Amino acid sequence: METINVSESITKNADFIEEIGIESGQPVQKCYQCGKCTAGCPVAFTMDYPPQQVIRMVQLGMKDELLKSNTIWICASCSTCSTRCPCNVEVAHVMESLRIMAGKNGTAPAGKAKYVEVMYDALLGTVEKYGRTYEVGLVMQNNLKSGKLLNGADMGLPMFQRGKLQLMPPKLQGAAEVARIFAEVRKLEGGVK
Amino acid sequence: MRYAYFPGCSYHGTGKEYEASTHAVAKKLGMELVTIPDWSCCGATASHGKSHLLNIALPARSLAIAEGMGIGEVTTGCAACYQQLAHANKRMTENEEIRNKVNKITGKEYKGTLKVKSLVEAIGIVDPEDIKAQIVKPLTGLKVAAYYGCLLVRPPEITGFDDPENPMFMDNMMKLAGAETLDWAHKTECCGASLGVSNLDIAVRLINKILQAAIEKGADCMVVACPFCHLNLDYHQKSVNKQLGTNYDIPVFYFTELLGLAMGISPDELGLKTHFTETQKIMNQFG
Repeated sequence: METINVSESITKNADFIEEIGIESGQPVQKCYQCGKCTAGCPVAFTMDYPPQQVIRMVQLGMKDELLKSNTIWICASCSTCSTRCPCNVEVAHVMESLRIMAGKNGTAPAGKAKYVEVMYDALLGTVEKYGRTYEVGLVMQNNLKSGKLLNGADMGLPMFQRGKLQLMPPKLQGAAEVARIFAEVRKLEGGVK
Repeated sequence: MRYAYFPGCSYHGTGKEYEASTHAVAKKLGMELVTIPDWSCCGATASHGKSHLLNIALPARSLAIAEGMGIGEVTTGCAACYQQLAHANKRMTENEEIRNKVNKITGKEYKGTLKVKSLVEAIGIVDPEDIKAQIVKPLTGLKVAAYYGCLLVRPPEITGFDDPENPMFMDNMMKLAGAETLDWAHKTECCGASLGVSNLDIAVRLINKILQAAIEKGADCMVVACPFCHLNLDYHQKSVNKQLGTNYDIPVFYFTELLGLAMGISPDELGLKTHFTETQKIMNQFG
């Protein structure tokens, strides 16, 4: 990480610091860097910034670095951090808010982070269309968009043999109502792909 | 006991054993599960990363339909669905502004009168004597590692029915079924959930730690309460073996499968024959 001028960064990114506080509803400024969140995080080993550093970066207004980080996508939302924080900061909520902001900001994730976003979009794409998750459609979309064409290909046959693969998409009377939910949220917020 | 029941999208796919064993056990306990008509996806595990509003509105549609059933309580087996329904319920009952906004989005009026319970809680609060009365083939000598994962017990402000660090609901049920449960360290460690789809190389490291911890404590099998945990711990044992050179083959059951087995329900009806790990030995012993 480059050296940053703390005062400058906080002044320049005051809006961002405020917005994350409001969006996540979390008292981010209370964090005193005890590191308990990072100690318990099951995926910290593969993050570019561990959880407690993310909170510090929010305090310092480091918007660009955060929205580009893979951390906000790798976070599995297991809430171990949120449960253990002595300052009652739900770190997982902060991660979510950063992820949503990155999506709206058009900051494209790369590598491992991109695979997570692709999976989200593939899953929600089937929900918007059919009203429920269509597992086969999800995997196909996921593989096309991630470029990992054979991802999960070895699952197909064993799943099918056990009657666990529904080849046809789900049929829901209210599928149009579910599509409407997506449309309404888009109207209000924009950004949801 | 009557519940509006939310099956969740994996109910006839990857989680079909959970669905089958849930209904079989509920029947034995006199618990009526009335499926929410035309329920839709709760959004897990994707909408939370896209939009706060979408994340509440997707489960809210099913909550609104459930409220119209006049039952008062909702239950679901899947830990992720439970989290989504309980989270949306909390936000909508506590905050009128959010409730009105979300109701406009779904086009359905949810008043906020429901209680959402995980199936683990719904069965776990049944009078122990009533459960014991149904046990005809006790799982004597079976060492079970009860695995709760994340979303069933965390964050406690949403879940709250069991301890977030050392939950005991499933342990207690397994004990009533005659099994021995283990005091082990990875009860609530994350299995990686949908990272198993997007980044399997990350998930296998998490799965490996959980399996290793259970086996080191002498577990004969594990029980779970989530189709995603099951997919990762059962199906992906072979992915762990392939990527990390391990040699795992430990059976992973839904807690309802083992309860059902102890209640004398046939392995076929419970779905014990469609796992990816070896379940025959335990079926021979207790089935």
